[in-house]
Amino acid sequence: MSAPVIVLGSGLAGYNVAREFRKLDKETPLVVVSRDHAGFYSKPMLSNALAGNKTAAALVMKPAEKMAAEINATIHANVGVRRIDTAARSIELDDGRTLAYRDLVLALGADPIRLPLQGDAADTVLSVNDLDDYARFAERLEGVKRVAILGGGLIGCEFANDLVSRGIAPTVLDLADRPLSRLLPEGASARLRERLEAVGVAFRFGVGAVRVDRAEGELHVALSDGSRLSCDLVLSAIGLRPRMALAQAAGLTVSRGIVTDQQLATSAPHIYAVGDCAEVEGHSLPYVLPIMQQARALGATLAGTPTKLIYPAMAVTVKTPACPTVVCPPPAEAEGTWLVKTTDDACDARFIGPDGALLGFALLGAATAQRQALVATVPALLPG
Amino acid sequence: MKKYQCVVCGLVYDEAIGMPDEGIAAGTKWSDIPEDWECPDCGVAKSDFEMIEI
Repeated sequence: MSAPVIVLGSGLAGYNVAREFRKLDKETPLVVVSRDHAGFYSKPMLSNALAGNKTAAALVMKPAEKMAAEINATIHANVGVRRIDTAARSIELDDGRTLAYRDLVLALGADPIRLPLQGDAADTVLSVNDLDDYARFAERLEGVKRVAILGGGLIGCEFANDLVSRGIAPTVLDLADRPLSRLLPEGASARLRERLEAVGVAFRFGVGAVRVDRAEGELHVALSDGSRLSCDLVLSAIGLRPRMALAQAAGLTVSRGIVTDQQLATSAPHIYAVGDCAEVEGHSLPYVLPIMQQARALGATLAGTPTKLIYPAMAVTVKTPACPTVVCPPPAEAEGTWLVKTTDDACDARFIGPDGALLGFALLGAATAQRQALVATVPALLPG
Repeated sequence: MKKYQCVVCGLVYDEAIGMPDEGIAAGTKWSDIPEDWECPDCGVAKSDFEMIEI
C-alpha cells in the first residue's frame, strides 16, 4: 500500500482540501491529524453564533467519525505534531507515533496575536479563534453586561454586533481612527460606525489597552490615553499570526506565512500549505473564499493533475447585520482613488485606477446587491 | 419550502426567502437554481449544499 496523503489540521482549509482530493482520488489512503476533536465546523460562524443562540456543540456540522466515513479518511484527533522529517518523509506525533506520507498538507491555521498586557487580570483576556475558544467565551458570558473588545477590525466588529444581539454592551477599542480601517475607505467606515453605534456598540478610537486589573466585581482596562474603562470581560480581536513553527523547524521557507508557489507547494518536496498558515505568491488571505480556491487546486494536484491556483477578484462578507457589508479590497500596492457615494440606506465605495478601471469596492446596506455585478468586473487577484 | 445549508461555510438558503441580493426571488425552489450557482459567501458549488431541517 502506498503512503497516505496526510493533512495536518481539521479546519475549513484542511477538511476542504481532503474533500476535494477525495472527490478525484478514491483510492489513495488519506489521513487527517488534528490537535482538537476534529469535528467539522465553520470558523466564520463563531463571530455570529450568539445571535442564533448557538452552543459550541450545535456549531459542529459533522463529528470526526462522520467526516472519516464521508471522505474515507483515517482521522487522528486530539494529537499534536512534534516534527516533520522531510528526508524520511514522515511526521512524528506528540504521542510518539511516526506516520509516513506520500504528500503532506499543512493546514495549521493561525494564532491570535496577544497584546503584551500588564495587570492582574491580563490572563483573563479571551480570543475566539476556534470552537473550544467559543465554548469558553459563551460560558464566560453568563451574567456579563459589558464587554471590551480590543480591535475594531472585521472580527472585532462582528463580535460587537453579535454581543448586542444578546443584550450585552460592547465597547470596541482601536488605535486607528475608525472601524475596519485597513479594509474600508473613510466614508464607508463612518457609515459602519454610525450603524453599529445606533444598535448600541460604543467605540473608542486612537487608544489601546495597557493593562487589565480586577476590581470589585468588574475589570478595569487602563488605556493608553490615561483613561479607564470598566467592563466584565475583555475580548481580544487584534489579528492573526500564521502558525509557522513546525514548518520553520523542518527547514521550510517562511515569511509572513509558510511560503508557497502558485501550486501551493512549499520549499520542501511533497509538502504543501493552505489556509491561514500559508503565504501564496505573497498573498496571505485569511478568508473562506481563497481557501475554497486553494482546496480545489490542491485537490487536483494531489490527485495527479498539477493545477495552478487562480484567485479571481473575491468579495469578503462582513457579518454585521446592523450594517450588511461586502468588501473586495484593492491589491495592496494598487494606485487609485476611492469614490464614495452615500445615501440613506446605502454606501457604495469604488476604488478606481488611473485608467478608470474598477480595482476594488466596498458596499454597505442596500448597495450589497451590487456585489456580483461588480466583482465580475474587477481583475483577478492571482491570474493563471 | 425547504432550507439548504452550505456544508463549507454554513450559509443557509431558505426557499421561502430566496436571495434577493443575488437575484434569486423569494419562493425560488432549490431545484430551480442553476447548477453553476455558487455560495456567495465561500464560492462552493451548488452540489456542496445539503438539505437541513430547521
